[in-house]
Order: sequence, then structure tokens, then C-alpha cells
Amino acid sequence: MSERTERSERDLAARVVELVRRVAGPAAEAEVLVTRTDLALTRFANSFVHQNVAETGTAVQLRLHVDGRTAAGGGSRVDPDGLAALVERTRAAARLVPPDPAWPGLTAPAPVPAGAEVDEATAFASPDERAARVRAFVDAVEGLEAAGYCRTSYRSGAFANSAGHSAVGRAAEAAMDGIARAGGADGVARLCADRLADLDGAALGARAAAKARAAADPVELPPGRYEVVLEPAAVADLLQNLAWYGFNGKRHAERLAFAEPGTAQFDPAVTLVDDPLHASTLPFDLEGTPRRALSLVTAGTTGALAYDRRSGAEAGTGSTGHGMPGGSTFGPIPHNLRLLPAERVAGATGDGPAATVGAGVTGAVGDPDTAALVAGVRRGLLVSDFWYTRVLDPKQLVVTGLTRNGVWLVEDGVPVRAVRDFRFTESYPRALGPGRVLGLGRSPVRQPDRSDGSWWEAPAVRLSSWNFTGGASG
Amino acid sequence: MGFDAATAAVQAALDAGARYADARVMHRRYESMSARNGDVEELAQHESIGLGVRALVGSGWGFHAVPELSDAAARDAGRRAAAVATASARVPGPPIDLVPVDAAVASWASDCAVDPLGVPLSDKGDLLVGATATMREHGADLAEGLYQIWDTTKWFVSSEGHRIDQHIRECGGGISATSIGDGETQRRSYPSYRGQYGTTGWELVTSLDLAAHAARIAEESRELLTAPECPAGETDLILGGEQLALQIHESVGHAIELDRILGWEAAFAGTSWLDLARLGSLRYGSELMNVTIDPTIPGALGSFGFDDEGSPAVRRDAVREGRWVGVLAGRDSAAVAGLDYGGSVRADGWARLPMVRMTNVGLEPGPHTLDEIIAATDDGVLMDINRSWSIDDKRLNFQFGCEVGWEVRNGRRGRMLRNPTYTGIGPVFWRSMDMLSSETVAWGTPNCGKGQPGQVGHTGHPAAPARFRGVRVGVRA
Repeated sequence: MSERTERSERDLAARVVELVRRVAGPAAEAEVLVTRTDLALTRFANSFVHQNVAETGTAVQLRLHVDGRTAAGGGSRVDPDGLAALVERTRAAARLVPPDPAWPGLTAPAPVPAGAEVDEATAFASPDERAARVRAFVDAVEGLEAAGYCRTSYRSGAFANSAGHSAVGRAAEAAMDGIARAGGADGVARLCADRLADLDGAALGARAAAKARAAADPVELPPGRYEVVLEPAAVADLLQNLAWYGFNGKRHAERLAFAEPGTAQFDPAVTLVDDPLHASTLPFDLEGTPRRALSLVTAGTTGALAYDRRSGAEAGTGSTGHGMPGGSTFGPIPHNLRLLPAERVAGATGDGPAATVGAGVTGAVGDPDTAALVAGVRRGLLVSDFWYTRVLDPKQLVVTGLTRNGVWLVEDGVPVRAVRDFRFTESYPRALGPGRVLGLGRSPVRQPDRSDGSWWEAPAVRLSSWNFTGGASG
Repeated sequence: MGFDAATAAVQAALDAGARYADARVMHRRYESMSARNGDVEELAQHESIGLGVRALVGSGWGFHAVPELSDAAARDAGRRAAAVATASARVPGPPIDLVPVDAAVASWASDCAVDPLGVPLSDKGDLLVGATATMREHGADLAEGLYQIWDTTKWFVSSEGHRIDQHIRECGGGISATSIGDGETQRRSYPSYRGQYGTTGWELVTSLDLAAHAARIAEESRELLTAPECPAGETDLILGGEQLALQIHESVGHAIELDRILGWEAAFAGTSWLDLARLGSLRYGSELMNVTIDPTIPGALGSFGFDDEGSPAVRRDAVREGRWVGVLAGRDSAAVAGLDYGGSVRADGWARLPMVRMTNVGLEPGPHTLDEIIAATDDGVLMDINRSWSIDDKRLNFQFGCEVGWEVRNGRRGRMLRNPTYTGIGPVFWRSMDMLSSETVAWGTPNCGKGQPGQVGHTGHPAAPARFRGVRVGVRA
């Protein structure tokens, strides 16, 4: 089934390129991405499955440059009439827009990596298999309320352009994200994996339940600056905002981003790699550019930014494989960021699976990796998760948001009691700046994004200061 | 063809054991154009058509979506939806009922004087290019303009006898100017953060007269770079209508979503501070606070003829004289809560499950004007146009940033202030509202995120400027 679909996507992409040639002439430049998606998600809340969805679809995206003008089109119709309409509509649009002198041209033929191996059992998992993991999670919370999801996805993509470049790839992914609720306190467990078999619903549920129980009866602490240990779920929010606003090549060219290549902007403990081939994802981008690992920060020094073809041409660097829908407006964004753990900083780029969740459950702390960081804290806070973070100032990447799913006061290396959620207002690069990272965990955990194919992998992190600006009372 | 495919899918789901099924065929054409610094930056057009079928087996829901409308594909989708629903029963919940609704056989279309997809691309491009060029000429480092158009036709069929088709046209746009200073950026937008949107034709965009405001917002964005910082402390706060629309959206609209109140969104979107046991008695805000749920407002972005469960658009109260009296509900959530109405369920496409969504949730106008509110304020800050928004998972603790603020001293608007923010707790904040303007605009929000897989909702928020006493402002990093 999988090979058949891959051939089908390749044939469709080639057919659209040929259609463009016929309609717009041999001088027209066209690039086509065809993606088949099988996405399924089982949601649970109040300890039962309340939503359960599955979707199959094929999307065609066409960008056309003809007579010096550029237009993009897309659609879900893959019958001959639908493809012809797409080409004609995009051709007609290109006639009416102004000239595009900065057109960067098409990706030249180049080898594309194979990408990670696809687990067929994950790609086409049944609703019963997802439900079984939900059942295990619900059973493991032992009477607490449980909520969350189990998701499986499969993508088969094919790219073709009129310069003769083509690429194919497949990817499957599984993710589970759940909370347990005890008396108004929530505990969370979240994991993204290449194989559904690597998701242990019982282990995730047990961890969420342990943290929820440890989060009961929180007290309110005054706002102010606290030393913190951020668990991987919270660190994922830092990575996401750094990726969107900091390492975005277009925003850098517009002087909207803080990142400055060649500058020691972070603590020497910080090494960040965008590493799409580390886990299952398509091995090429919207423009057909092969994906590869990109070192954004090495031992605290900003090294590179993400570019698509247009922003890369303007910067003189070329594309880094970050072409994406909407990228011409917002800019190219890394979506597979890894904060390398303590013992891997020297020269590591992408081997080894992310740690599984569940080992060493001890309550608030949750795992031995976090425990080692917490042990060094004289007085500070352990934070599980961040929520609803929004950028106040993009240049300094000042972000406001809230804690969620558990905060604990740590004294002399021990979480002594649960704390009510805080609001914070903090500059992310400043919080990770030189001298501010007091420790990194050794076990990274891959966190799923809201969309499959994007993920954020990080260990727990100990920071010298985090600016909490308000408590639950305002 | 839409009705045929939907009917086949529903029948197949019933044949496979569903006790209820509905199906939606949606055909959507989307167009957007963005311009930057006097050039068109991107023109994108997208067309999508497909079928989504929902089946109820026992107490379990299942949903399956396919991009094909052939009889075979539709029947297969119906069978698969029933199979997914059967799997849901492995982790069963309480029995599910659906509150009754008349099985409508109807057609509905939104008002549209000028078909937005019929306006020549060159005209639409000239509008954005001209406005962004003007902003550059007047000092903006980054001048941006955008419009978006959605043209959607739906065919809905249910096993209870619904057969409804709707044609909904939505569009809107706006401009913004960003100035870059030493280590910071300042932005001014018109008429709103992402523009103004409605369920209407291109006449909405024409009425905005983007070109007439381009020079002003560019100059204001530069002026903000040297304006004094918004002071930190507690003061009287006057909010412009656009910011108040977002305040309503975040701290009222989401809080009254019944699926959140029931805990169905607990892991992701969050829950709500509201307790159903206090529906009808809980004091949400001051007596000036009258909030309605009204999908019948002509031209507002949350308007429709029928929701995606076939319930007709009906106006309801959510907050009356400060008391919480109503929720946004679907047929299943209403039944669980013991309520007798749904009507607020929508999906953002054929491939997505319909879920509880805001329609037009808005604040009824008051007796004053903005000038009267300013004149009645001795010491405060006026803030307008949203810049950032964040609220906790129970919809209580919020912090908003606005693009611009002004001092208000002795009844007059004074100096411009930069980086204005305010923060508070929802019911405390709403109880502090003591003056409300009559100058209502139904602001459209085309980017409301909710659900897994994620969905983008279109909502409307009638709002007018208002004053709030003793609010904390000027929070900084």
C-alpha cells in the first residue's frame, strides 16, 4: 500500500509539471509538492474517549514563475479536471501580479536523503490500537480524571520541478499527550516517537498521575525572580519561540530577530541543532531542498539561521531546507529543534532515541534526570509546563505566558510543596544567556508539536533566574 | 452531488451500526494576498472539497473524512466513521443523547454585494501595494498589507432528516507599519491587529479605506519608538473597541464554551472557571455587562444560517446585567449539561470534526461615547489595538499588550505611551467596568485556534470602548 501511494504522489507531481509546460510554455518555472496524509487522533477527557477522528487526504501545492511573475496555488482535487483547474487558476493569477525580480529560481537536481525508516504499523494504525493506549493511560491514573490524546500520522510526499529535480519521501509519527487531574491539580506526560509501539500508555499515565498527586493543595507564592528547573515540556516552549522568532532568516534580514551569527548570545552549555532527519519526517522541504542538520547554536555561539530559497538568496547563503507554506510571508522556521543534553554537547548531531517517559517516577520530580538538577537548587521552582506564551517584543524575544501542569517550591534540593500557577514575562535569550544556565539534564525527551512532523527535543534545564510577574490572584 | 455523497455516507454509517450519523460536504475556495514595502509578496489561492462523516455508536463518536465524493468513497467513509466510533467504546463514557432540533430542509446564503473573488486581482493588488508604499514613504521600516477571502459552500445531511445547503462568503484585510529602533520594534495597525473581517463581500474592504490611514499609522509607529514607557502600577483603564473585542473573546467567549466547562478540552485548550451549578446566579461582571451569543448579525464574522449540526442560528444571552446566564453549546454537550439548546458547533473544513465554537459573542453597547469616557477620567491610560494576548487554562488570569497607549489626565487624552500592557483576573476585571460606549463595531477574529487536530475558527465580537477601574498596567520583563 505504501509503495503504491508513493508512486501515486510522484506521478501526480510529474503530471502537474507537464500540465504547466503545456499551458504556460517551456519557459515557465514550476514546482509541485504532492502530499498524501493519513492522520488519526483519539482524544479522551473525563477518562473516556470523547472524540475520535481519522482523515485521509491528498494536497497539491504548485508555485509558478512565468514571464517574471510568481503565484502559488493549491488544492485537494487530484482528478484531471481538478489538476487542470489548479494549473489554469495559478497561471491566470501569475499574469495579474506585479513582476518578481527577486525570484530565486528553482532547486537544481540534487540527491535527497532517504529519511528515517517508516514504521508501517504506525503509519496505518487502527483506532483500536490507539484506544488501547488510551485505555492503559486511564487505567494507570487509578481513579484520577484523565484527558489527552493518542495520535498517529503518515505522510507520503513527492516533489517535482521543471528544472528536473524530484524527490520522494515518507514519514510516520506517533504521539501521546495526557494529563491526570487530582483535586484541581494536573500532572502531565507527553512523548513523540517514530513508532506507536514506543508509546507506553501505562507509563505515561503513571507519570501524569504521580505528578498530579504531588501538585495537590498548592500555595501561592509572591511574584519575583526565582531560580528554576524547567522540565522538557516547558523547555519545548523555549525552543519553539526561539525557532519562530529568533532563527528565522527572513525576520533576521528585517532586523526583527535577536539572533546574530558569530556572537556568543547564549550560555556555553547551550547547543541547538535543527535536525529533521533525527526522527521521522519528510527529507525535503516545500521547494524540494534536501533537509539536513543545521547547527543554530554551538556552545553558546549563534552559528546559523534558517532560510528558504528566497530569503537564502537575499542573504547570500542559499536555502537551508526550510521552505514551508506561508514562509514567504512569515519567514522560514526550524521545526525539529534539539537542545543537546549535557553529555552530548561535544560533536553530537543526531544519534540515539529520545528517552522514554516513565522510568523513576517519584512524584513531583518525575525522573532521575530532573532529580539531579533539582538536587542542586537551594531555593527555586520546578516547572513542568508553559502555557499560552505570546511575544511582547520580537527583537528581544520578550514572552509572557503561564505555568501549567505543576509548579513546586524547591528548598535545599527537595520539592517541598506545590505552588499555584504563575504568570511570567521573560526574555528567552536573556534567560538562556551566558552564565545563566546552571545545568542541563542528560536525557532528552521529544515533545510533540500541535502538528505532526514538528517536534522539540530537550532535557530538563536549570536556569539561574526566571521573571514571574504575577500569581493566580492577579 | 454534495447532498448525494452526504446521504450515502450517512446511510453507510447507519448500516454499519451507528444510531445517529451526519455528513458534511464542503467546497471552499480561499485566496489571500500579502504586500510588503510596496510590492506584492505572496498571492495564494486554494481550492478544497471533501466529505466528513460523523457517527455515533453506543456512547462513542467516530469521524472520518475523505477528499472524494464518489458514491463508493462516501460509503466507505461512513463505514470507517462507524468503525472509529466502535473503537471509542473501548474507553466508554456516560450515555450520549442529542438535544432535539427540528430537521430542517433549507438553503441559506450570506449577504454579499460585491463578490470578493470576482474583484480583479490587479485591483486588489493595487490596493495593498499603494497602501504599503505610502507607509514606507512615511517612515515605516516594514510596511505590510493583507487580505483574505473564503468562499464556502456546504451540504449537510443527518440521519434525522436534515438537508441543508449554505453559501458563506467571508473576507477582510488590513495594514500595519513597523518601525525598528535600538533593540526594539513598534507597530501600528489599521483597522485591527490582523485587519477587519466579516461574513460579507468585498464592500467591507472597500469601506475600510486602507489608503487613507497608511500615512498616519506609519508616523505613529515611528513616534512610538521615542514615546515614554507605559507607567507601571494600578490605574483606570480605558480600552478601545478592538482590544475590548479580544478581551471578550478570551475571557468571556472561551470561558462560556460548554465543552470546556464539561472538561472535554481539559488537556489542551483547558477548562473554565465557570461552574454549571451557578448558571443563572453567578456574578460575572458589573451591571453594565450584557453579552450575547448572536450568529444572526448580518455581516459579522461569526454569522451563519445553521451550525454544522443543523441547528438554526438563534440569538441568546450569555451575560445579562452582569449575571452569567448562557453558554455556547452543541447538541451532545447540551444534553450532558441538561440544557435545551445547541447551535454553536462548527468545523473549519470538511476534514475536521465539528466542535463548540464561538459565533458572534459581543457586548451590548452602553450610553456613552469614548470622548465622554475620557472626559470623565481624572487619571488613567487609554489602550488600543491588540499586540499580544495570553490567558490561563481556566480563562481567569490574563495579560494583554496593546500597540499604543495614551495618558489620560484631568479628562483629556495626553502623551502617547509605548509598550502598554494590562493584567488581571476575568471576573474582577469585568466587575470593575463602570462606563461603556455606544460606538459598537462587530470585530472579526479569523484566527481562533482550538481542537486537536487543530482548527482555525472565525468569530465575531461586537464591542465598544469601555472603562475599567483600578487595573494593573505596565508589566515588564
